[in-house]
Amino acid sequence: MEMINAEIFTLTYGSMVRQLIADHEDVEEVNAQLDKMGFSIGQRLIDEYLAKSKTQRCSDFRETADRIAKVGFKMFLNTTATVANWNAEGTECSLILEDNPLTDFVELPEQLGALKYSNLLCGVIRGALEMVNMDVECAFVRDVLRGDDVYEIRLKLLSSSTEAYPFKDDD
Amino acid sequence: MTFYIFNRKGRCQYYHEWQRLKPVRQGAGSQEEDFKLMFGLCWSMRALATAIDPKSPSMKQMGAPMRIGDGCSFNSIKTSSFKLQFLESPSGLKASWRMPGSGGQPCWGAGCFVLTTDPSVGSMVEQLQYIYASLFVELVVKNPLYTPGEPFLFEPFSAALNKYMRALGLLS
Repeated sequence: MEMINAEIFTLTYGSMVRQLIADHEDVEEVNAQLDKMGFSIGQRLIDEYLAKSKTQRCSDFRETADRIAKVGFKMFLNTTATVANWNAEGTECSLILEDNPLTDFVELPEQLGALKYSNLLCGVIRGALEMVNMDVECAFVRDVLRGDDVYEIRLKLLSSSTEAYPFKDDD
Repeated sequence: MTFYIFNRKGRCQYYHEWQRLKPVRQGAGSQEEDFKLMFGLCWSMRALATAIDPKSPSMKQMGAPMRIGDGCSFNSIKTSSFKLQFLESPSGLKASWRMPGSGGQPCWGAGCFVLTTDPSVGSMVEQLQYIYASLFVELVVKNPLYTPGEPFLFEPFSAALNKYMRALGLLS
């Protein structure tokens, strides 16, 4: 994998978020934009992930979450996450990040308390999983920038669709 | 020898033909029909392979919906006059190649790659994987003009594909 300097990456992301705040003013809108950008990134990232990690299909959602945490985060952010807090049905879990390279050097001013600074990551996960037919909900529930001790992304599987022949018989 | 990339909805995103002995008009009728037939063939082969998979714990009914990436797949179909190589990407990308007399390989999930070749050509599994990982991802997916799932025509990708096929000795 090609690598770039982590600081350039972090600072570029920071200036992009700063620009979004300047453009949209409304913090909720910025959160939504970050998620949307992430979604588009995820739709492309998935092919790079699949092609380069050479992983086989995941047998269930637990394995999927584990791969995102151990392989995906490692490949693209050079960090790893812990998967925890599974619900009984195995459809919801948390990805816990102790180290988030996006937020190095970042401090949130008080008036931006509602900003989900790293919301892009949620979009990426959602976009990537959408491409493998998994519909998920993904959101930050804990954020170091907002005073928590770790970053926690809550992941919820909504549906896992099946593959069906896309054309009608007489088409 | 022809090369197809289908998205997971069965739409042809990319098509290249180096050599086609019989024009499409005399075969499927139109290019669009040809794409459909090709995708249908790959799809049915996959479904058939899954239905008779001896390692599968339960017998799946032919044509029953499956989760993407589920079921067993096939690498190639060899006929007396051509071979179809197939690669299916885990994201549902299916690719196959067909050479007059040779074959193609599958990708997984996002879609598939199909290459048709002369029947004498050996396994192209690794080569299709290379096209997926090093050409498609690098030159198509990372191109800002590319919309996932939509047809594309990017000169650098076509050039690299041609160069690679020549390096493999498949083009004269």
